[in-house]
Amino acid sequence: MKYLSTTACVLAVLATGAWADPDDDELVINGDIEIVTQTAAPAHLEGVMDTIYSGWRFRSDETQSVQADDFDNPGMLGVEVGIDLWNAVEGTEGESCASCHGSPEEMAGVSATYPKWNEEAGEVRTLTMQVNDCRENRMGAEPYAYDKGDAVNMTALLTSVSRGMPMDVAIDGPAQSTWEAGKELYYTRFGQLELSCANCHEDNYGSMIRADHLSQGQINGFPTYRLKNTKLNGVQSRFKGCIRDTRAATFNPGSPELIALELYVASRGNGLSVEGPSVRN
Amino acid sequence: MGGFMTRFAFGIVASVVCATAGLAAEVEPSDVQFDEYGAVDVSLSGAPGDAENGKLLMNKGSGNCIACHEITELEELGFHGEIGPMLDGVADRWTQADLRGIVANAKVMFDGTMMPSFYKTTGFIRPGDAYTGRAAEGDLDPLLTAQEVEDVVAYLMTLKES
Ligand code: HEC
Ligand code: HEC
Repeated sequence: MKYLSTTACVLAVLATGAWADPDDDELVINGDIEIVTQTAAPAHLEGVMDTIYSGWRFRSDETQSVQADDFDNPGMLGVEVGIDLWNAVEGTEGESCASCHGSPEEMAGVSATYPKWNEEAGEVRTLTMQVNDCRENRMGAEPYAYDKGDAVNMTALLTSVSRGMPMDVAIDGPAQSTWEAGKELYYTRFGQLELSCANCHEDNYGSMIRADHLSQGQINGFPTYRLKNTKLNGVQSRFKGCIRDTRAATFNPGSPELIALELYVASRGNGLSVEGPSVRN
Repeated sequence: MGGFMTRFAFGIVASVVCATAGLAAEVEPSDVQFDEYGAVDVSLSGAPGDAENGKLLMNKGSGNCIACHEITELEELGFHGEIGPMLDGVADRWTQADLRGIVANAKVMFDGTMMPSFYKTTGFIRPGDAYTGRAAEGDLDPLLTAQEVEDVVAYLMTLKES
């Protein structure tokens, strides 16, 4: 019966054509962590949009509810693997993440500031790059393959302890040129379909594109557990998929282009809560 | 309105002339002649379109028009997009030549539009090999063949409300 009434409701919405916006639901995880899924757009988006929304607000009630409780959220299995990885001694130096950093909770707030300029290295680093730098240079261990299993499990752990904190990536100073490069990519109409990120996620969020309800393509929820491929997905893999869907030659996760794009897209979500690992379809 | 009608009439005359002269040659993507509004008067394949096949292309393959457009007649297919205008009655609003131009390369008529160009093979940024994510090797095929454009246009011409 519950299923039937939901279906009827969805049909009614379709018939009146009132699909156009994010819904009004509020997200509190485990009845405890309040998530900001809607807030004023950051200053650099002035004239572009006034309000930013988490992708969670564009998903069905069923998908939304899976994220509201850690026991239901399959992404939390990745977090558990992440905890084991955190404590595991690996590499030539006899170190683990824990031996330098203590408990994972010590990392609360860190993921909200990535990608971030690293002064010594003279580059913008994503969270994955920073994890790999610790592995290679402090632990003497192999870097994780970019956006693959353990890399994503580790970022899921690091975002999970930051949930509820506002995204706050810096775009000025030495990060600015990378940010500009990312912005340029965001507005480039790639591929034989000549579509930019902005075509779908800025100009048409809230509308249906075939069976998909377009969100703003925010990344505060990454890594995301997707019901479609039943695994945790890294940010840059998602970008790659969206670019592939324009019938374009994609960029690979870890490439300078996707690092720049990640910084830019993260900055469009400044003010939304960190939500990862989130659940999407 | 006068402008539309004149161009419509010219479209018919042109195709009749082609047919009688036996010039059923296909127009290459790079040779398509758009008028100042973005309309294309002559059949791209040199032959008339098949509305039945056009109807299939609205939903399938490289057409997939209903990813972005709603068409009441195709309601049973489900999940129509809302990016572009609803196409009911489109033949009342546009001439055959206009529709051919819009399908071939909508960017000529609607500057900067999100609608893909279905009969165009060059000028892309990082063109891929279909949806593989790999770079395209050699020349791209247009999203729709000349005959498929004609088929889609023939189907659009059946979408009349008046
Ligand atoms: C042809 C349309 C289209 C284009 C172009 C496109 N996307 Fe998407 N994108 C989608 C759809 C559909 C989804 C799934 C529904 C949603 O979350 O919006 C999606 C999802 C996403 C998500 C996941 C959001 C979440 O809450 O989990 C991100 C991030 C994203 N896109 C970023 C991008 C970026 C960056 C670009 C450009 C490089 C891009 N997209 C280009 C259609 C597109
Ligand atoms: C990715 C989105 C997209 C796809 C796919 C798409 N269109 Fe469009 N279409 C649009 C948009 C947006 C417009 C509005 C033009 C503008 O930008 O002002 C449009 C306009 C039109 C119009 C003019 C409608 C009117 O009433 O003014 C026609 C006709 C049309 N499209 C037909 C098609 C056909 C046929 C196909 C498939 C072969 C198709 N479109 C595929 C986005 C799309």
